[in-house]
Amino acid sequence: MAVSRGFVGRRPADSARVPPGQYVTRDFPVLSAGPTPYTPLDTWDFTVRGLVNRPVSWSWQAFRALPHENITVDIHCVTKWTKLDTTWSGVSLDTLLDAAPTQASYALAFCDGGYTTNVPLADLRGGQAWVVDEYDGQPLDPEHGGPARLLVPHLYFWKSAKWIRGLELRPADEPGFWEMFGYHNYGDPWKEQRYQGD
Amino acid sequence: MTVETPRVTTIALAIRDWPGHRAGQHVDVRLTAPDGYQTERSYSIASAPEDADVSLTVERLDDGEVSPYLVDELRPGDEIELRGPVGGYFAWDNELGGPLFLVAGGSGLVPFRSMLRHHRASGSRVPVRLLCSARSLELLIYREELIKLAADDLVDVSVTLTREAPDDWRGYRGRIDPALLSTTGWSAKEEPLTYICGPTAFVETAAAGLVALGHDPGRIRTERFGGTGV
Ligand SMILES: Cc1cc2nc3c(=O)[nH]c(=O)nc-3n(C[C@H](O)[C@H](O)[C@H](O)COP(=O)(O)OP(=O)(O)OC[C@H]3O[C@@H](n4cnc5c(N)ncnc54)[C@H](O)[C@@H]3O)c2cc1C
Repeated sequence: MAVSRGFVGRRPADSARVPPGQYVTRDFPVLSAGPTPYTPLDTWDFTVRGLVNRPVSWSWQAFRALPHENITVDIHCVTKWTKLDTTWSGVSLDTLLDAAPTQASYALAFCDGGYTTNVPLADLRGGQAWVVDEYDGQPLDPEHGGPARLLVPHLYFWKSAKWIRGLELRPADEPGFWEMFGYHNYGDPWKEQRYQGD
Repeated sequence: MTVETPRVTTIALAIRDWPGHRAGQHVDVRLTAPDGYQTERSYSIASAPEDADVSLTVERLDDGEVSPYLVDELRPGDEIELRGPVGGYFAWDNELGGPLFLVAGGSGLVPFRSMLRHHRASGSRVPVRLLCSARSLELLIYREELIKLAADDLVDVSVTLTREAPDDWRGYRGRIDPALLSTTGWSAKEEPLTYICGPTAFVETAAAGLVALGHDPGRIRTERFGGTGV
């Protein structure tokens, strides 16, 4: 690797928490492929469907009544920013998936605006993933994925699908929206799996 | 290196084995300090697939880590490491058709230079309307090229100046809003394909404005550069 002549750079104070190629930001930048959808809460629901006996849905009220957890995690966006100690509140995917027993190995998250993203089910279980509806003690902003988004902090943040409306459980993996446009199928920030072929 | 405005420079790169790109794609630039510390940022490709060089246009953010280096420190002959081209969605080629509406805030104009050059070089017959927002005329990048582009019957260029405008300015003034988007763009009936690029807040305003005007969100593609305001 060539040294860039004259480049000094800023070093993050807490570099062990920052994956390769990432920088720490205090802002909360936004990555989306299109306009921000605004979904009224009275038409919102969250559905687990696909390879299940019977699809399960929660209305906004039912979803809000599910047990919520407070979560503090670092998030890593493929556009290079990392944000440390972000605080969220949401429902564990363990809770949601328990309501829909399945033999599936993969999930495709589907969202308002037509986005999808694929995640192995093993990455959604075991206290690693949530559907969050609060950020920093406030209802989640539409710009940042409200009313609710997926939160899978151990993968690049595009996997934490904004405006999520449910999961389609599948026996086989199928690429989602960004994954079809050249982004990595799995997206581990510690292995710098940004793009196809990484 | 071409100085576009006091804060913005275009950098031409000589790249070995460049695989070619589509207009609108970006590259990832990686800088390495002597102690091995590295950081990366994304930059849109400013040149058309048909151009001889690959070029980037970078705006210096004074408190930034990478952009001041690229604008002020980089010299002709220096090497930088880059990865790309990347991004397949915020890209346009003639086959995607139109009519096209391109909406740029500040340096959000960069990928549109690539698209407009490609439009011309490929002899496209797709009608294009471009709306750019800049703080002032001095801070509008690619001024001369825009004037030339506007001479093409198929390309309509509108500029709005948000902070200051010359007394004899005959373009638009003020920030983009639904009224300006409907005057300078296409009606929803014409089913344009729209690309919006710039700072996050600008993109949010433009995209929400077009959706409010009845445009199909599925035909609006956005690229957010980060930061706020324009
Ligand atoms: C797909 C993509 C394409 C891009 N294309 C271009 C391009 O063609 N030309 C270009 O100049 N930039 C482009 N950017 C932005 C670029 O990647 C960097 O974010 C920008 O140069 C700032 O980096 P920095 O290291 O100088 O500042 P940083 O050290 O990252 O940040 C410094 C400060 O500026 C804020 N900030 C970050 N980005 C912006 C912004 N865009 N506007 C205002 N404030 C900001 C940060 O929040 C921080 O407070 C693009 C970004 C993306 C995601």
